[in-house]
Amino acid sequence: MGMSPAGAESRDEVQAGPAAPHFLVHNEGDHVAVAVQDVKPGTARITYLDSQRTAEVAVREDVPLGHKVALVDLPAGVEVIEYGVVIGRTRQAIGKGQWVHVHNLRSARWEKSA
Amino acid sequence: MSATLFGYRRPDGKVGVRNHVVVLPVDDLSNAVCENVARVVPGVLALPHHYGRLQYGEDLELTFRTLIGNGANPNVAAVVVVGIEPNWTQRVAEGIAGTGKPVEAYSIERFGDLQVLAAAARTAQRMLQDASERPREPIERRELVISIKCGESDTTTGLGSCPTVAQVVDRHVQEGGTVIFGETSELTGGEHLIAGRCQTEEVRRKFQDFYDRYLAEIEASGANLLGSQPTQGNIRGGLSTIEEKALGNIAKTGTVPVVDALAMAEAPTRPGLNFMDSSSAAAEFITLMGAAGAVLHLFPTGQGNIVGNPVVPVIKITANPLTARTMAEHVDLDVSGLLWGEYSLAEAGERLMALIGRVANGRLTCAEALGHREFVLTKLYRSA
Repeated sequence: MGMSPAGAESRDEVQAGPAAPHFLVHNEGDHVAVAVQDVKPGTARITYLDSQRTAEVAVREDVPLGHKVALVDLPAGVEVIEYGVVIGRTRQAIGKGQWVHVHNLRSARWEKSA
Repeated sequence: MSATLFGYRRPDGKVGVRNHVVVLPVDDLSNAVCENVARVVPGVLALPHHYGRLQYGEDLELTFRTLIGNGANPNVAAVVVVGIEPNWTQRVAEGIAGTGKPVEAYSIERFGDLQVLAAAARTAQRMLQDASERPREPIERRELVISIKCGESDTTTGLGSCPTVAQVVDRHVQEGGTVIFGETSELTGGEHLIAGRCQTEEVRRKFQDFYDRYLAEIEASGANLLGSQPTQGNIRGGLSTIEEKALGNIAKTGTVPVVDALAMAEAPTRPGLNFMDSSSAAAEFITLMGAAGAVLHLFPTGQGNIVGNPVVPVIKITANPLTARTMAEHVDLDVSGLLWGEYSLAEAGERLMALIGRVANGRLTCAEALGHREFVLTKLYRSA
């Protein structure tokens, strides 16, 4: 599964140039940012797409390209905002700087889709 | 400012960018003859599919609309229709003949495959030779009906490839062109944004009815959809919920109003951005778009959906640098530089505009070059 004919999946780490952002945020006020390269724990650069504002976030765990990091502390069971719109509900508390995905975020719409 | 485009103007005035001679089976039983015609007359396009027998009601009507619509598509110069029995065969042929393009029909009962093969192949050969000397002529870009749908989405879709398509959607519509989008269930979480963009109350009500009906159908199944919607590929790419997927999806529709809400395989009558009630499965979706008269499809992908369509050229756009590198043979336009601020969205839009012009003028897309010809009818329920 997921193997190339040579026997190894082609999955190198994606890292951009030194000036590129680590994360993009769709809208000011969003709770999450999206990694645009594979990000390791540490201080990361974020750019807001709507305001073009830049900022930093302290990342606490690995966040692969395309995955999300929390920009604020989120208690269990609250709505999570991205694109300025609700994208789901936390399954458990998520701390600022933590990876956000299906293990701690679920749909707020398709109730059976857990 | 844009380069001159050259396409094929059909007898009904509609404009295509390809010049296919299609051999169209009415039903599953007729696939063999149609594929054999394409073997003895290489260069014609057989469109085998799985249905067309014992269907009834709305499901049968959808099959007829899909077959007739794809035959009528302006990318098609002429059609040979083959069916097992004469009545439905004639119905499909007459539906296509309404466009004024050459259509011939053959039914297999009382003749058998081999007699039909001989006759249909002779007709297909003549049509192919006639079509081959039809010249391209200057066309306006706004005459192109463009469809849009993304696939194997991930978060890069919402960040890069869908906003790039949105640039084209807004410009194409402002120039007077027609764009079709859909993916009813994949609007969940952002359906209010689409409803709010409907031009009139009548359109809004039509849209909301399509959405509510489709969602009721999905919810009535009682299934856990995680892994299906979003897909395993979506999840691997970082999408966590249907809502997040929907918002990325909607990002490709631009800012223009929604001028109509169409039933499956229904051709748009109003220029502008049209919604079509539709499944989000890529091959089914683009087949419905071909039926509605789309002549070019823009397909943003994140994790690398490889779909193609026999009638409608599919242009793939990705903003995922990993996909652009590992699946380069499927990617027509790489806009991954958007993620790292290497160029502006407006510039990415210009690149896509230029590529649309080249593909309209005849450049083969990756999916065409690799032989991707997924032609899949949407089936509503079991046959009788």
